[in-house]
Amino acid sequence: MLTVLLDGVASGMLLFVLACGLSVTLGLMNFVNLAHGAFGMAGGYVCVVLLNRYGVPFLACLVAAALFAALLGAVLERTLYRWLYGRDHLDQVLFSIGLVFMASAVVDWLMGARQQLITLPGWLQGRIEIGGGLATIGVYRLFLIALCGAIVLALHLGLVRTRFGSRLRAAVDDAVVARGLGIPVDRIFAVTFAVGSGLAGLGGALGVEVLGLDPTFPLKYLVYFLIVVAVGGANTILGPFLAALLLGVVDVAGKYYVPEVGAFVIYTAMVVLLLLRPQGLLARGGAR
Amino acid sequence: MSGGGTTLAAAVPARTGQAAQPGRRWGLFAAEGLFWAAWPAAYFAFPDYLPLLSQVAIAALFALSLDLLVGYAGVVTLGHAAFFGLGAYTAGLLAVHGWGEPLSGLAAAAAAAALLGLVTAPLVLRGGELAGLMVTLGLGLMLYEAANKAAAVTGGADGLQGVEIWPVLGLWRFDLFGRTAYLYSLAVLFLMFLLARLIVSSPFGLALRGIRANAWRMHAIGTPVRARLVAAYVLAGAFAGVAGALLAQTTQFVSLEVLAFQRSAEGLLMLVLGGLGRLYGGLIGAVAFMVAHHVLSGVTPQFWQFWIGAALVVLAIAGRGGLLGLLKAVWARLLSRRRGGGSTAQ
Repeated sequence: MLTVLLDGVASGMLLFVLACGLSVTLGLMNFVNLAHGAFGMAGGYVCVVLLNRYGVPFLACLVAAALFAALLGAVLERTLYRWLYGRDHLDQVLFSIGLVFMASAVVDWLMGARQQLITLPGWLQGRIEIGGGLATIGVYRLFLIALCGAIVLALHLGLVRTRFGSRLRAAVDDAVVARGLGIPVDRIFAVTFAVGSGLAGLGGALGVEVLGLDPTFPLKYLVYFLIVVAVGGANTILGPFLAALLLGVVDVAGKYYVPEVGAFVIYTAMVVLLLLRPQGLLARGGAR
Repeated sequence: MSGGGTTLAAAVPARTGQAAQPGRRWGLFAAEGLFWAAWPAAYFAFPDYLPLLSQVAIAALFALSLDLLVGYAGVVTLGHAAFFGLGAYTAGLLAVHGWGEPLSGLAAAAAAAALLGLVTAPLVLRGGELAGLMVTLGLGLMLYEAANKAAAVTGGADGLQGVEIWPVLGLWRFDLFGRTAYLYSLAVLFLMFLLARLIVSSPFGLALRGIRANAWRMHAIGTPVRARLVAAYVLAGAFAGVAGALLAQTTQFVSLEVLAFQRSAEGLLMLVLGGLGRLYGGLIGAVAFMVAHHVLSGVTPQFWQFWIGAALVVLAIAGRGGLLGLLKAVWARLLSRRRGGGSTAQ
């Protein structure tokens, strides 16, 4: 029971790191970016290639994955995404689905369609008992919880305490007024987009062991990302974080206790939550 | 636009205001005639490709149904395959359980899909556009997963086998070469197209276009916006259900793929490729898409997927005129040149 809960928390944390970039683009910038998972996939493959082919240490792989995805995000944002800000949702949907298809095809062509596997370094393997035999948890899950927890804290402090954070919040609350005050809204969004993509890349790399990695990754987890954003709202770190934790626990519990129902639980959860809180989707800031 | 589906002007969006010009009218008439004459001609010209041609007709009907919803009513959906799939399974299951009469199968599929539309419309139209988008995505995935898990009924990942279809109208049985299948699909496509044209040129269709352009204003002049959108959603669902049923009946097999997200996305691509909000847009887009698919996927499947993606990205950035928009621009250029003067028409 406790084991399931802890596993759920770990995968929830992972989901948060993967999805928090999307909560900025979708929730704050009102851009339907269905291609967010592609950045996670890019990070995951960078990690796999570096680790398996070149024997780079695992932690360095994580850093490289995050940097690569951030760079990719920045380049795409400047070259393609910016054309579609403020356009119809239909255009944005088509565009980002197109990106997903292209990304999947390229990865399939380069790496093949099979699941990618990695071998974790020795110090992350095995399980330990906690609470005097009350539950066991994989060392890697514990590592995930610690690392992702640190990221959540850093993001929260970054958003609340730094100058960049307050500018971002201002830009989100009212982009026009923020621009009038001399805040470089475009640049702030671009940087935020890159950071979000980088985090997705990190999440993808961390998730190879937990979520798996193959060319269908962006579509497979799209729903999860959307739920995190939809349920969590957009203007805090805490909202999506709690949503991700909830989702992780429900998902793991569903797979553990009622495996025959499968992904159905998650889709139902998504639809029900959307119906209960359609406004949670845009929270503040977004106009209909 | 009062003459119902029989006026040619119905094919032209009212805003151009040029429908009365005789030259344009005859040009359009010729183009329409050519378009529909090409289908039976293809029957004789490509006897070896009849199964592919049936697929093209079915894809065209699917794109047409999506056009009613996205192009006319302006409701964006990511889960239109749900209706297609439900229609396919309805017709398929009926046939498996001993009722293989094709036309009533189509009707049953349309009814089932319409019912699904009626039940889900309040959910989809409840929140904002974004919420609706995600609800359609979620519903589509739910249905896929449900069909996957209910293997006892649907055959799951192996597909539904043993679909036996009786002869059409008791006269023409489905043959090995797909002759009956193609002509049957074509006839259904044509009839459904006429119905769609009747619908979009009716006051109801005009109301939908008005809602798409400005929902608040339509509300203010007394149009029941909600009811119109629900009706459009149900209607589009029924059309897609018929398309799905056609696929099940002509291939005598239903695979899980009928419900896949890929199908919803491809439908949108066909529509945007051909041109949104014009009935012929979906049809032409479907033809172009299926032909490109046939040619390109012969090389490698990934290659094909890459190019669909690239096409979507380019179309999204470049705008929505699609192939028909391009044709229209060329046509307008030609007309203005023929009148001399070199000045533009506007």
